[in-house]
Amino acid sequence: MNLLKLWNFHGGLHLDGHKRESSVAPLAIARIPERLIFPLQQRNGEDSQPIVAPGDRVLKGQVIARDDNPFTPPIHASSSGIVRTIEDLPLPHPSGLSGLCIVIDTDGDDVAMEFTGVADYRQCSPDELRRGIYEAGIVGLGGAAFPTSIKVAPGDHRKVDTLILNGAECEPYITCDDSLLSHYPADVLNGAKILLHILQAERCLLAVEDDMPEALAALERAKEREGFETIQLVRVPAIYPTGGEKQLISILTGREVPMRGIPADIGVVCQNVGTAAAVYNAVIRGIPLISRIVTVTGRGVKQPQNVLARIGTPLADLIHQCGGYTNEAERLVLGGPMMGFGVPTDDLPLTKSANCLLVAGRNELIGEKQSLPCIRCGACAEACPVSLLPQQLYWYSRSEQIERALDYNLFDCIECGCCDYVCPSHIPLVQHFRAAKGKAVAKRREREKADHARLRFELRQSRKEQEKRERAESARRKKETLVTGKAPEILEAIERAKLRRAEKTAPPSGNSEPIDDDKEKAISPATDAESRDISVDAGHAEKQSGDQISKAQPIPSEID
Amino acid sequence: MLAVFVVCALFALFGLILGYSARRFRVEGDPLVDKIDAVLPQTQCGQCGFPGCRPYAEAIARGDADINQCPPGGEEGVIALADLLGVEPKPLSAEHGIEKPKSAAIIDESKCIGCTLCIQACPVDAILGAPKLMHTVIESECTGCELCVAPCPVDCIRMEPIKETLATWRWPEPKALGQ
Repeated sequence: MNLLKLWNFHGGLHLDGHKRESSVAPLAIARIPERLIFPLQQRNGEDSQPIVAPGDRVLKGQVIARDDNPFTPPIHASSSGIVRTIEDLPLPHPSGLSGLCIVIDTDGDDVAMEFTGVADYRQCSPDELRRGIYEAGIVGLGGAAFPTSIKVAPGDHRKVDTLILNGAECEPYITCDDSLLSHYPADVLNGAKILLHILQAERCLLAVEDDMPEALAALERAKEREGFETIQLVRVPAIYPTGGEKQLISILTGREVPMRGIPADIGVVCQNVGTAAAVYNAVIRGIPLISRIVTVTGRGVKQPQNVLARIGTPLADLIHQCGGYTNEAERLVLGGPMMGFGVPTDDLPLTKSANCLLVAGRNELIGEKQSLPCIRCGACAEACPVSLLPQQLYWYSRSEQIERALDYNLFDCIECGCCDYVCPSHIPLVQHFRAAKGKAVAKRREREKADHARLRFELRQSRKEQEKRERAESARRKKETLVTGKAPEILEAIERAKLRRAEKTAPPSGNSEPIDDDKEKAISPATDAESRDISVDAGHAEKQSGDQISKAQPIPSEID
Repeated sequence: MLAVFVVCALFALFGLILGYSARRFRVEGDPLVDKIDAVLPQTQCGQCGFPGCRPYAEAIARGDADINQCPPGGEEGVIALADLLGVEPKPLSAEHGIEKPKSAAIIDESKCIGCTLCIQACPVDAILGAPKLMHTVIESECTGCELCVAPCPVDCIRMEPIKETLATWRWPEPKALGQ
């Protein structure tokens, strides 16, 4: 079936898969947990705004938080219940920081909103479908949780010809995509057709690794039943990290994503298979992204298996569902053994991006080994799938020469951990690179903030200068006013008033005369006084003004 | 004789080229001051003894000020300045203050009497308010210079270290190499 020519990428590792532990057990459907937790922050960015309050009753599928930002899709309740609180709780994040979360006490009835899908997606424009994908809260389920609606909008200037569905689950232990493809192959293939329609692309390549025979068989059966001519199944070798986006693209197409570019630049869009199934559910069935398949595995859990669980389920509930911890349980890792991160507690919610919960037993993972000095063997450079020079990066990262590290393309590192794995000195290279990346970002941010502050300071200085000039100007004018008696504008106004008065009094008319006379008398004192003022020489004093003016008189008279 | 003539002609030619390019490609202002100013943290706090970062940069360029008078820049800032100027880095001078964690000013709004003194003191217009009305600090604009703290007659401004969020969090350095 591999009619497609396969390419390869530099480096990579053959790792012990540990897939059978979780993939032999059938897919379990998780129970409704007693409470659901929804962090308001989905990716690193701003919190979404909660649109429910404590005490509100919510239904399954109801939007509970949203934001105007196209990069933060709405969050939906994954079961019905009452909102208990919106409070700071620890987040499933390597930092261990807390953030605002909506906590829902479920009622167990699982009452759903009315879901309405579209009968024929071909009748919808790509923009409508993208909107639907956004509203369904769909993000990439492969691990990065990038909003799908953005990813399938490559822009008019990029022509996408190939959609790649990533079912190459290269990281050891993880089998959630395998399980999804085995159980719901039609959902994935139908989702792929919708994505093809949105992207207006010609073909779809669905990549699975050659150690996933059940998934491949299920996909082939589904293809036989329903056609899907535009979708081609491709078996790729199980080399870590084949499932990396850029690596998979180069294996399947031989094209390389340019530095700082995106796959759409070379006409490719890559999506996780889980995302495709979520798109199908959202568009055809109208169901938002409220559940996902997650692998619970490792020697620390009694029944390793894949679980279809609601987003927001506490990790402790998932462990419980899988028979609980064994005596061996030692470390809790979210994600796989290569790229996952340790979490200190199981009192954390399942998020959209969590594909695996690994409960590691004793000595199951490479622990923190004593690292030794680098011997410059170069094994890391051979293993690096991005063709970087990890040892150079390591020197520069360690000696704080971040600029040099950037010159060696630090930001192209995908943090796959291959270099760590092969390093004979057990140097935690990826940790060094992550720290260096963090420093570079922090430095850039500080620089931006400083530039902004400088700009504001300069604007303030120039404003103060201007105010000073204006004050000096007005002082000068005041002085001038004192000198001439009146400001030129006032003099002009008086002149105009005088003219008007002259016009009025000049033509004496019949009937209205007596009334006019009265009016005249009423206003005359003031105007008379003014006209007298004007009539006198500029140097002479006004009657109303006080001593100051009279003191100022000598100056103009001298000028005169 | 010819050699002398040729050399003189060349001198004249090069002189013309140099003279022309000196006018044509003239650099406005002092580029060194700009470079120093770009390294300074732009807190505009005046702890260095100069009224703002730019004046301090000018003083360094003139040789009137030392490179270790900027506490907000910290040791890192001193090293960056030393690199730029080709001198030896030195520890931060204690008389100008100590390096503190990045902070932002917060006004206790229940105590604020609306005197506008802090608004006048703020070098980056980060305080919003009007006479006899409550004032508040725009946190994203605050540089943490502390210049607003002293003028407040009711002592309602305090400095709070900036909280770490997911957006500002970064991976820690791995533990030191074991020997």
